[in-house]
Amino acid sequence: MASLPGPERATSLSGRNTGDRVYRGALTLLALTLPAALIAILGGLLWNAWPSVRTFGLEFLFRSTWDPVAEVYGAAPMILGTVISSLLALLIAVPLALGVAIFLTEFSPGWLRKPVASLVELLAAIPSVVYGLWGVFVLIPLLRSHVVPPLRAALGWLPFFEGVFYGNSMLAAGIILSIMILPYISSVSREVLLAVPPAQREAALALGATRWEAVWSAVLPYGHLGIIGAVVLGLGRALGETMAVTMLIGNRHEISASLLQPGYTMAAAIANEFAEATTQLHLAALFEIGLVLFGVTVTVNAAARLLVWRVARGSAVGSRAL
Amino acid sequence: MPGQFRRRLVSRIMTAATVLAAVLAVVPLLLIFGDLVAKGVSSVNWDFFVNSPAAPGEPGGGVANAIVGTLIIVGLGALAGLPVGIGAGIYLAEYGTNRFSWIVRFVADVLNGTPSIVVGIFAWTWMVKPMGHFSALAGGVALALLMIPMVTRTTEEMVRLVPHSLTEAALALGYSRWRTSLGIAVRTAWPGIMTGALVAVARIAGETAPLLFTALGNLNFRLDILQPMQTLSLQIYVYATGPFEEWHRLAWGAALVLMALVLVFGLAARYATRARFSHGR
Repeated sequence: MASLPGPERATSLSGRNTGDRVYRGALTLLALTLPAALIAILGGLLWNAWPSVRTFGLEFLFRSTWDPVAEVYGAAPMILGTVISSLLALLIAVPLALGVAIFLTEFSPGWLRKPVASLVELLAAIPSVVYGLWGVFVLIPLLRSHVVPPLRAALGWLPFFEGVFYGNSMLAAGIILSIMILPYISSVSREVLLAVPPAQREAALALGATRWEAVWSAVLPYGHLGIIGAVVLGLGRALGETMAVTMLIGNRHEISASLLQPGYTMAAAIANEFAEATTQLHLAALFEIGLVLFGVTVTVNAAARLLVWRVARGSAVGSRAL
Repeated sequence: MPGQFRRRLVSRIMTAATVLAAVLAVVPLLLIFGDLVAKGVSSVNWDFFVNSPAAPGEPGGGVANAIVGTLIIVGLGALAGLPVGIGAGIYLAEYGTNRFSWIVRFVADVLNGTPSIVVGIFAWTWMVKPMGHFSALAGGVALALLMIPMVTRTTEEMVRLVPHSLTEAALALGYSRWRTSLGIAVRTAWPGIMTGALVAVARIAGETAPLLFTALGNLNFRLDILQPMQTLSLQIYVYATGPFEEWHRLAWGAALVLMALVLVFGLAARYATRARFSHGR
């Protein structure tokens, strides 16, 4: 929240005549919609998830059976799958996004800055379902023919690369997620790096540091909180991403150490089963998954905002994706 | 000096690594756009735009129902979401120093990060369940809720950018406060507000997850907003995950059309409305 310079409008505009009061009242009502919506989301989730919360208690989070026939539900595979696919996405996206951000702020020639930044941000404009379509028909065949065979030849002895690769897998979902969150991480990190005072790098250069040493020892340490915030923000995006993951991860209620095997995420489970849930308890279990997902993303996002706010201005991050 | 040489070398290598990262980040974009055009163009013809889907497995058919449905549902979302988002944003900019504003701002950011599938559940809970059936209207409500926090924050930012000297001049001339706000501050910020609105519309136009169990999808051409309705995004999902070659072909065509639609809104946001303030960075 950038503080207002000069006299505060709040005092200068609080009205005394009728028109002013009506105006302010109407705007207040509209602003009230947001907290009301949040309460409605949370209330709806809690209310509808309650049968499941009461029946399964905390065990819901740790059980790995999901059996609509026996009416036993546990979300462990989805929770674990959400975490693994998101971490895999971060593992790929963070170095790339930071590289892009550093390139754009420190090394790029001026004329290249805007086009490259726009192209990378354009990734955020591609709809999730289009990523899914591309993943199914382009990425998975590519993985099958060119990536997985050499990967197994080199690292096949690791438990992460065991088993037969059918296509839909944790690996495919993680890769598509990494492409999807890259623009968010890179644009926020870029804003953070731009907020680092020029004196910081000039001082390092004046002391005889090379350009990279100036970045590494003066710029990055100054902006590290904001960069962590950018990464956490990317994590928040990855955790809640639905369509592309649903189309690529294989949607199987099992826990496997191998990235080549299918998995499941919380968002994918809701997308797949919600419309087809037959019993009240099945629906309640899906609501509880929604509740967990909502809780996790709210926490992660709040943490990210606090970190980014410390460094860059409190602008609405991600809303300038186009 | 060998130490000097090594340090320069490291600097060169790391610079090259960041260049490589930039190249690697742009490659997927080019690949995706290339594939969209290469695989999509062949399915896009006159029939594609005027027909509704053929029976499963049959050749031919189009996405007329999905295109119209997308426009209707996105229109409903914008109709419900824009006034609320813009109003809330003006509130935050004009009266935004109290505790309530702090809460609204925080909630806007929380909602902005809420997974769209959770927003879908919300619309199901409060629209589909009470009404007893899926409807385009419920889909529109879900999309509106996705828009509101985005529009709120960009509107606030834009109205805040209006110089105080302008509003003070109006007040000094005897304008009432609400006319100053609406006629001077909001009016001056309007191009920026519209840019934010168009960006938000572009983002919701591609959404699928919040429509899965609200608008649901429909293989027929329907205009009744109280009934299930198809959108391009839903159609892509169904066709891409379906078993027929013909469907896959249509999915690529629909994806190309959807991408074009999103880009048109995005470009309109960037160029058509001439923002009067540079963004300050």
